[in-house]
Amino acid sequence: MTTAKNTFATAALTAALTFGAGAAAAEGLIISNWDGYMAPDAVDAFTARTGHAAELVLHATNEEIMGKLIAAGGKGYDVVFVSSPFAEVLHNLGLAETLDHGKIPNLANLYPEATTLAHDPGNAFSVPYAWGTTGLCYRSDLVSPAPASWHDLLAPSAALTGKTTMLATDRWLLAAGFLAKGFSVNETDPDKLAEVRDLLIAAKKTLLAYDDTTFYAKLVSGEAEMVQAWDGWCNYGIAEDPAIRYVIPAEGSDLWVDTMVILKASENKEAAYAFVNDILEADNHRWAAENILYKVPNQPAMAALPADLTELFPNMAITPATLLGYEQLRDVGAATRDYARLVSEIRAAQ
Amino acid sequence: MRQAKSLALMAPALAWLFALMVVPCALILALAFFRRGIYGGVEYTFTLENLALVFDPLYAGIFLHSARIAGLAALIAVILGYSAAYAIASMPRRYQPALLFIAVLPFWSNYLIRTYAWIVLLNREGLITQGLRVLGYEGEAPSLLYTEGAVITGLVYNYLPFVILATYAPLARLNPEIAEASRDLGASGWTTFRRVTLPLTLPGVVAGGVFVFVLSIGNFVTPALLGGGQFQMIGNVVYAQFLTANDWPFGAALSMVLIALMTGLLMLQTLASDRATGGATGGPQDG
Repeated sequence: MTTAKNTFATAALTAALTFGAGAAAAEGLIISNWDGYMAPDAVDAFTARTGHAAELVLHATNEEIMGKLIAAGGKGYDVVFVSSPFAEVLHNLGLAETLDHGKIPNLANLYPEATTLAHDPGNAFSVPYAWGTTGLCYRSDLVSPAPASWHDLLAPSAALTGKTTMLATDRWLLAAGFLAKGFSVNETDPDKLAEVRDLLIAAKKTLLAYDDTTFYAKLVSGEAEMVQAWDGWCNYGIAEDPAIRYVIPAEGSDLWVDTMVILKASENKEAAYAFVNDILEADNHRWAAENILYKVPNQPAMAALPADLTELFPNMAITPATLLGYEQLRDVGAATRDYARLVSEIRAAQ
Repeated sequence: MRQAKSLALMAPALAWLFALMVVPCALILALAFFRRGIYGGVEYTFTLENLALVFDPLYAGIFLHSARIAGLAALIAVILGYSAAYAIASMPRRYQPALLFIAVLPFWSNYLIRTYAWIVLLNREGLITQGLRVLGYEGEAPSLLYTEGAVITGLVYNYLPFVILATYAPLARLNPEIAEASRDLGASGWTTFRRVTLPLTLPGVVAGGVFVFVLSIGNFVTPALLGGGQFQMIGNVVYAQFLTANDWPFGAALSMVLIALMTGLLMLQTLASDRATGGATGGPQDG
């Protein structure tokens, strides 16, 4: 859910094109995360508590940090925050540390469901940090009847035409089509891909825009009335306009999971384990839920949330069991290129 | 002797360009000849399939579409920019620096901020709509943003100063007596412009146009922001290969063709302007 924190494209491009891994000198722990994805004082507080020196660096997208990690063979970073398909790639490339659970006692705080995730059952190489769904976020005061299906987005009513947005990132853009058709969100069959392409090209003609970063602001201003959105981001709209609602369409959602991965090449493994364990401390992990309004897979952290938070933002109350009912986005290997081409075809269609 | 001195003076700049521009670009472009690893990254086996893929109808079509948008932007920018430069050059000399300063002033602010300003202006709930509402307009708000027109507007706006600067220089240098001579010989104002002023300033016009075209065709920020991601230019495809598909080899292949196209155009433009100035002064170029 990561492209979400896609601060800005140009910054990312410059960063990604800086050849090689620009890693800082190995003084203390190097953690890479999205901007604003943990408490501003999390790293300093960690150093104060444990005595391990640590430094936070930022990445704007999964792809940016992956480019650096792959180019440098995983050197230069100790702990990275990436979405689950990318954690899977790090594991497949042999760059992710096989986790010693004895060094992360706070794993006990995870919901049982968070230890059986499809990309990494048993948390062998990744620890979930946040999770959620992708659905429809809409202005209940303007949209009637309330949307219930992905087709309400892909083939909107006349009143909604030109007032909807879809996510711009390949995987979620395609997921809307896959789910509407009842396919797997990791479908790779060429005929099914072609079907989804045609569906999404037809949908494109009804869109206001593709938007990954400002869709909730478009809802608030009224520029858009219904958008494809990650549940956490819909909450930012709800915070500004209580008429905004979130719904998971009848055909379902994907389950996105952002994770923490320790790099095998890390020279500070003790500190890296200590950091991951520290984040899983209920009070620390709760910060993410309270402040970025994402669900965290941490039982005591979620239990300690103020009751009015889930009243205000109902999607915060989606249960782990419900989440596990949705299919996770997985790494699709060679089919990534087919996905990229499919999205180019959709975007180029006039 | 003179040559040695100029070489010594140029050396630091050349070394800078070479080490920090040419080498990194070459390293990226070289990736075009390798395979994308199954998990992203690069597999170092030689292949030409990335370059072949550039000429696939899909990507070739995006190239042509980008060229059309960039060409339209260049044409509009040349018409607006040349008119502005002509007007500035016809003003009394003492006002000219101030007018030029005003023309390039927006250029000193950040590109993204300038582009976002258009979003504020054009969006359905934006300033234009609000202005219309104040004037009593009640109907459905026009959707000006996320259209091809919005993309072209953004490109023209951002690159206009290039044309103004490139055409102002030859216009200001133009000896007014030449135009007077033309009129003395009975040519109308329009004929004088068409047969005297325009040909003499054509190198500047071509330079400005080529700049706008080259900068526009590779642009990815403006189509992403003002086009709402619905108008894909080749720059966006390159961006996506590097940053979302993690397909650096194909991104490199696209960039290679794009850079070759730009370099070819810039060389043609240099050639044309050399010939034009050569013809105008009637003497050989001393390179």
